[in-house]
Amino acid sequence: MNTETAGALPGLHGVTADMGADKQAFSVPWGKVMMWIFLLSDTFIFTCFLTGYMNVRMSTTEKWPNPSEVFALTVNGHDIPLLLIAIMTMVLITSSGTMAMAVNYGYRRNRAMTTRLMLATAAFGVMFVSMQAFEWTKLILHEGVRPWGNPMGAEQFGASFFMITGFHGLHVSCGVIYLTIVALRVRSGFYDRKGTYETVEVAGLYWHFVDLVWVFIFAFFYLW
Amino acid sequence: MDQAATAHNVPAGHGSGHAQEHAVGQQHPITIYLWIWALLFVFSSFSYMVDYFQLHGMLRWGLIIFFMLVKAGFIVGIFMHMAWERLALKIAILTPPLALLVLIGLMAIEGDYTFLTRLASFVH
Repeated sequence: MNTETAGALPGLHGVTADMGADKQAFSVPWGKVMMWIFLLSDTFIFTCFLTGYMNVRMSTTEKWPNPSEVFALTVNGHDIPLLLIAIMTMVLITSSGTMAMAVNYGYRRNRAMTTRLMLATAAFGVMFVSMQAFEWTKLILHEGVRPWGNPMGAEQFGASFFMITGFHGLHVSCGVIYLTIVALRVRSGFYDRKGTYETVEVAGLYWHFVDLVWVFIFAFFYLW
Repeated sequence: MDQAATAHNVPAGHGSGHAQEHAVGQQHPITIYLWIWALLFVFSSFSYMVDYFQLHGMLRWGLIIFFMLVKAGFIVGIFMHMAWERLALKIAILTPPLALLVLIGLMAIEGDYTFLTRLASFVH
């Protein structure tokens, strides 16, 4: 047994070997570890926002506006609750799926498919942000929701909503730019020359995280 | 054994010979992703149905949390490949967020207290 095979021990012995040995702790590319640590810090930020939202919603004596009604869309004269949000959720999940496939094709060295799938992912991201822009417009112009008040009830509703979904939308927008840059580099053969497609997987981590955050926002803000 | 050791040191799959080796750059059959994708759709529809059929009370919250955690698990475990990472990385990334449960608990107590104080002082 040399030190290299010791680094591949399974289970808790593997943890002590990985953390205690005089070498890099995580046997994955450094870019991936850094992305995970960034995402960990982002988890804390989003949780702070959601916890702040929980706190103001619990402590207000006003009635909290019913998200099911606020975010309803009228189709053929019927109010369908959360329709746009449901579509946005599906779009984001679809983009996560195309991203996972892109990572897979990247490791198979299939440049054309990786590029196509990543650009498709970015396009779904644009679609998501556009629908969010539509939702914000509707809320601000037609429902009169402001960060400091709204006609439906507790005034903290607007502040929480714009803060949380705005920060998430910013993440999606940054992700679209990030994915587009990586996709163009894939197309130009940059990662073939570099000899590794791990950048595609790291970009994928970021994108899946954006989807992950939306799962929590969807549950706590829209459904609760 | 030797092959596994070298495979670990090569970051991503060099050549298709390594294509199906699990340690090399997270290669997994594409059917896994398609399954998870489909399941995410199904669970998202379920959680939407909770609202659509206007379920209320503990049933509503229980289902929302359950579907949320299942979806989060699929995304982190399969899409982000955490299920295949080494335990050291799993522990380093997945345990710190547990501290947030303390924050959530404290803020829930605080929110409750503020609510009662407001009721006592401002609502007549």
